[in-house]
Amino acid sequence: MTAHFPILIVIVPMIAALFIPLLCCLSVRLSRFLVLVSLTLDVYIAARLLELALSVGETRYHLAGWQPPWGIEIVIDPLSGMMGTLITIVALLVAFYSSPYLTNKTSVMHQGIFYSLYLLLVTGLLGIVITGDLFNLYVFLEISSIAAYALLSLGGSRAKVATFRYLIVGTIAGSFYLLGVGYLYAITGTLNMTDLATRINTVIDSPVLVVSVAFIVIGLAIKSALFPLHAWLPDAYTYATGPVVGFVAAVMAKVSAYALFRILYFIFGGSGIASDALKLLGWASAVAIVASSLLALVQKDAQRMLAYSSIGQMGYIIMGFALGTSLALTGAILHILNHAVMKGCLFLAVNSVQWQTGVFRIRDYVGMGHRLPLTMSAFMISALSVIGLPPTAGFFSKYYLMLGAVHAENWLFIAVLIISSLLSAVYFFRLLEKAYLFKTDKKRQEAPVAMLVPVLTLAACVLLMGIFSQTIVTHIVVATLPH
Amino acid sequence: MWSELIGRADYWLSATLFLIGLYGMLVHPNLVKKLMAMNIMQVAVIVFYITVAFKSNATPPISIDNEYSPTAREYINPLPHTLMLTAIVVSISTTGVALSLIIRIHRRYSTLNEIELIAKLRQ
Repeated sequence: MTAHFPILIVIVPMIAALFIPLLCCLSVRLSRFLVLVSLTLDVYIAARLLELALSVGETRYHLAGWQPPWGIEIVIDPLSGMMGTLITIVALLVAFYSSPYLTNKTSVMHQGIFYSLYLLLVTGLLGIVITGDLFNLYVFLEISSIAAYALLSLGGSRAKVATFRYLIVGTIAGSFYLLGVGYLYAITGTLNMTDLATRINTVIDSPVLVVSVAFIVIGLAIKSALFPLHAWLPDAYTYATGPVVGFVAAVMAKVSAYALFRILYFIFGGSGIASDALKLLGWASAVAIVASSLLALVQKDAQRMLAYSSIGQMGYIIMGFALGTSLALTGAILHILNHAVMKGCLFLAVNSVQWQTGVFRIRDYVGMGHRLPLTMSAFMISALSVIGLPPTAGFFSKYYLMLGAVHAENWLFIAVLIISSLLSAVYFFRLLEKAYLFKTDKKRQEAPVAMLVPVLTLAACVLLMGIFSQTIVTHIVVATLPH
Repeated sequence: MWSELIGRADYWLSATLFLIGLYGMLVHPNLVKKLMAMNIMQVAVIVFYITVAFKSNATPPISIDNEYSPTAREYINPLPHTLMLTAIVVSISTTGVALSLIIRIHRRYSTLNEIELIAKLRQ
């Protein structure tokens, strides 16, 4: 059984996704139970795979017994194991969170379809993370994107317009990526990542390689919402429903950043044409961090503010990749983990507030610390983490990024990191000031338990990942870096 | 220069289609036409892959009379074709989702013109 874990991690949510709409007609409780069971199983599988990758080394699984480079290969190294564990844990927590959203309003059939799409999104994201084949990555990228389009459009009418735009931009990104992969295939004749990494040296001077890297990088940069290509993100995040945006904001853009990292560092080795691309990405990320922090400052809608903050945080991750020193890469990978947890927590907390009180504008957050004390304290912990105050997790990833920038002697990036921390302090304290320093006579109305537990768990994770960050770095993050 | 243009006419075709599609998606205000442009762009990528696989004087990789011919030179590479089958499926599903979104948008705002749509969203 353990031998088939690499494929089971994708199969389990996929099979569950197929059965849930049918099961929902029978019993809603049973289907929700199946969702939770399949995701719990997935967490276990992902954790086992990570443990194996860390102790024994990478697992390679050949689909249908075809030897690579002809068949599709699944590669579980520490990096994909780590991403898989992250995705499944966040998915489980958000599945728990989604139950109040679905019980009151929606019909039985809709609930089934929601869970089905949700599990397909998880399937797609896990597929991207585990695959060792460039075309297979495209297929999973599109599976996750299509499921995400359907889920994001579940908000009001505005969500439909925003999602249509995301669909158009996302499809451009997908086509760019596919075209780039086509060029690579045309000059090397292989799609397997490991095989490609060795064959790339024979065509290193080819101008086709430049075109292919350009297409792939632009495609994945659109998907990960790097600054000049981010326009789809704020609207799509603002109008989506709570659990969807909580999950999508936490992991989806990060998985595209992972794909970028995988291709630029594990296939191209971070040198030659890849280093030129990374240099360009570094400048784009510097602009992204400053511009999105400034834009977050002027937003009136709390969820929209968080969306702009996400764009900036993606900039941090890409900046770490661009700096390329081992300290900066450690910071970037650690920030993928930390940001997924803290931004997930922030989005879920804001949506709990909206669910309980109907408040979504920052100026109406008056006395919210009194009205939803536990939810808002979780929000505050995560906000402090985004700003980068110790002992929260966000401090440590920023610290590694900062050290990486110092070692690379890139003073401009250090300035950008400091300025953006200050700006994020300003935009979060704008909300926290309203929530805690203003009195209200409205009575306490804490969120329901199903929503409170995931939010508090994520907030606890933010603190624990901060306190144990040294352990995480030495045991997991260092093993994920390319050698 | 002319031989570059004519000898690689199929590549030029796919590049032109790609740019037409991209231009349409970015510039056209009508959502349905954006969607059509999106399909054109996806077809351009498919044409590109099929072109890459093509070889003159070669056959599909089917063995006739159970004769096994070991020379790859005589066969057209079948892999890009199979990859494009998947890409077509992806393109169909994306179109399906987009069409259903368009229907919902039209029901609510009774327009598909993006400029009018933005004006209505601002209200």
